[in-house]
Amino acid sequence: MIEKSNVDHTTWHTDDKTKPLVQIKGLTKKFGDVIAVDNVDLDIYQGELFCLLGGSGCGKSTLLRMLAGFEDPEAGTIHIDGMDMSNVPAYERPTNMMFQSYALFPHMTVEKNIAFGLQQDVMPKDEIADRVHDILKLVELEGYKKRRPQQLSGGQRQRVALARSLVKEPKLLLLDEPLAALDKKLRKQTQFELANIQEQVGVTFIVVTHDQEEAMTLSSRMAVMDAGRFKQIGTPTEIYEFPESRFVADFIGSANIFEGRVSEDGSDHVLVSTNVGEVYINHGQSVAENKQIWVGLRPEKIHLSITSPKNTGPNQIMGQVEDIGYLGETSIYKVRLQNGQIVDVTAPNQRRPMSRTHSITWEDTVFLSWEPESVMLLTS
Amino acid sequence: MNENTKSVNRTSAEQRSLLPSRVGQKIQKHWRLIVITIPFVWLLLFFLLPFFIVAKISVAELKIASPPFSNMFEWTDSGIVTVRIVFDNFIYIMTDNLYFDTYLNSVKIAAVSTFVCLLFGYPIAYGIVRSGPLAKPIFLFLVILPFWTSFLLRVYAWMGLLSDQGTINSILIALGIIDEPIQMLYTEFAVYIGIVYTYMPFMILPLYANLEKLDGSLNEAAADLGSRPTNTFFKVTLPLTMPGVIAGSLLVFIPATGEYVIPDLLGGGNVQMIGRVLYNEFSRNTDWPVASAVALTMLFLLVLPIIVFQYYQGKSTGGK
Repeated sequence: MIEKSNVDHTTWHTDDKTKPLVQIKGLTKKFGDVIAVDNVDLDIYQGELFCLLGGSGCGKSTLLRMLAGFEDPEAGTIHIDGMDMSNVPAYERPTNMMFQSYALFPHMTVEKNIAFGLQQDVMPKDEIADRVHDILKLVELEGYKKRRPQQLSGGQRQRVALARSLVKEPKLLLLDEPLAALDKKLRKQTQFELANIQEQVGVTFIVVTHDQEEAMTLSSRMAVMDAGRFKQIGTPTEIYEFPESRFVADFIGSANIFEGRVSEDGSDHVLVSTNVGEVYINHGQSVAENKQIWVGLRPEKIHLSITSPKNTGPNQIMGQVEDIGYLGETSIYKVRLQNGQIVDVTAPNQRRPMSRTHSITWEDTVFLSWEPESVMLLTS
Repeated sequence: MNENTKSVNRTSAEQRSLLPSRVGQKIQKHWRLIVITIPFVWLLLFFLLPFFIVAKISVAELKIASPPFSNMFEWTDSGIVTVRIVFDNFIYIMTDNLYFDTYLNSVKIAAVSTFVCLLFGYPIAYGIVRSGPLAKPIFLFLVILPFWTSFLLRVYAWMGLLSDQGTINSILIALGIIDEPIQMLYTEFAVYIGIVYTYMPFMILPLYANLEKLDGSLNEAAADLGSRPTNTFFKVTLPLTMPGVIAGSLLVFIPATGEYVIPDLLGGGNVQMIGRVLYNEFSRNTDWPVASAVALTMLFLLVLPIIVFQYYQGKSTGGK
């Protein structure tokens, strides 16, 4: 039995990047008439911290629960480490889950909560004690062994839940909104802790979250989900800088979106004519000419100026400041264009203003411009 | 000028807000008193007072009179009050084996019935909790439904079912399974059936309430950690529903021990339970003092251990 645990130990350090650890194919789940997860394919590799991001009811939790074995899919398969999970009950899967409510056993001490999973395998008592001790050290709760969950703070409970799910050294750890119950400050701090722990133990994490900031900070790769489908899968940078659709552009961060048609599709650029002028994009995406398309501009990628630009051309618009939101580190300017559309522009307040008012103020006529590589090309 | 009016406004606003709150506090104080007093008065009138009357009778002597016992206080002509307390009744109960055996038998029947109720009640409560949103209220209604018919009527119905010429025996004979009726009525078996049947809802309802509020994710967490369903039941579900198990068991055990109607009607003369002995002492022998002593002894024998048990139970779960 000790040998068995040793074998487990080595398997989660094998760095097999070629074959995915988790293979999901055509996975579908319905609740009555509602399709929660709709024909989803996904590969997740060893050592990844993968985030499933989406609003409530998008199917992210259902997907996680199917991985854990709490829900049976209508169609499709899940393979974990090459093994088909179709007929494997939850208690035999090589996964562990950290629940949103933590689901700590209220009648057991911290120590017994953590040991519970180990006791299900036949394991010598002193080895269980050793592993409980080690994991408590990892989550910095050594002095809390004999406490009951009710006697702990929210942050401590969260760490007990993490320790309990990690102590069995699963191949895959599933985390359902692991930080949602913490207050904002603690949440930010714990985000980094969680990522550090994942790096230390090397277990593959799949994290479900509705918090885009959390997903961006935590994940090595993430999937944006909506209505049971993946909208886009990629690294946080890919998702933020190169969204493919209006939904993703708007869901992650904020975006000013203009509708237009492709007027020119060159080898190294795309020219889009929109209702607010020509937009020149110089990253090599190829789009059919005359196709309806959307371009997106992040508020922080737009330059704001009171002086008119020297040359005329694409990638600039004129407008009037309608409102200013002063956030301290940055200011948000709401600029009304000539066609009435409002564009959000954020500008860092790098210098303390000389007077108590902003250098750009209400009713000012301003000129907006941006770099050709900053434009996001959204095909749907 | 402007500031002045502002400050005036503020003070009047403060006064306005203070006044109702003071009145509110007064009303609240009275209400608290009323709300606390009502249950205490109730308990005093309908529990403590009768209890002391019974206690007083139990230390009196039997007399051919009405009421059939001696007075505790007697005023002699010289104006001296004499107090007469005799413990003969208690000594009599303790020396006569009939009472001891009956107590023992009552406790045994009640304990076995409680266990059987638990054995069937727990899965029923569990099933109701797990049933769908449409079925759940129907199942709960079915559990409570027997209360809508008279208890006595339901016991008589069991007599009709269990008697030698009753429904069950007739069916078994008609089917050719037996030739002669099996005697079920007027046996301990019939008393068990009656008690289990009657007190089952008292077991199911507290268990249901306890199971209903149990966090379902605890079961999932246990399964996720590699625990099989049976192990999860004994390590997680059952320990967390112990309050319901204890509440249900007490609700069945206590009244079942003192049960009179069921052993009398279904057990006949063959099953001795303390309720019947008490009734016989009281109405047939008209020996009120002994009947009161029997009642008090039962109270102390049963209630004291239960209080001690609950105290320690409360202590161990209070640490949560």
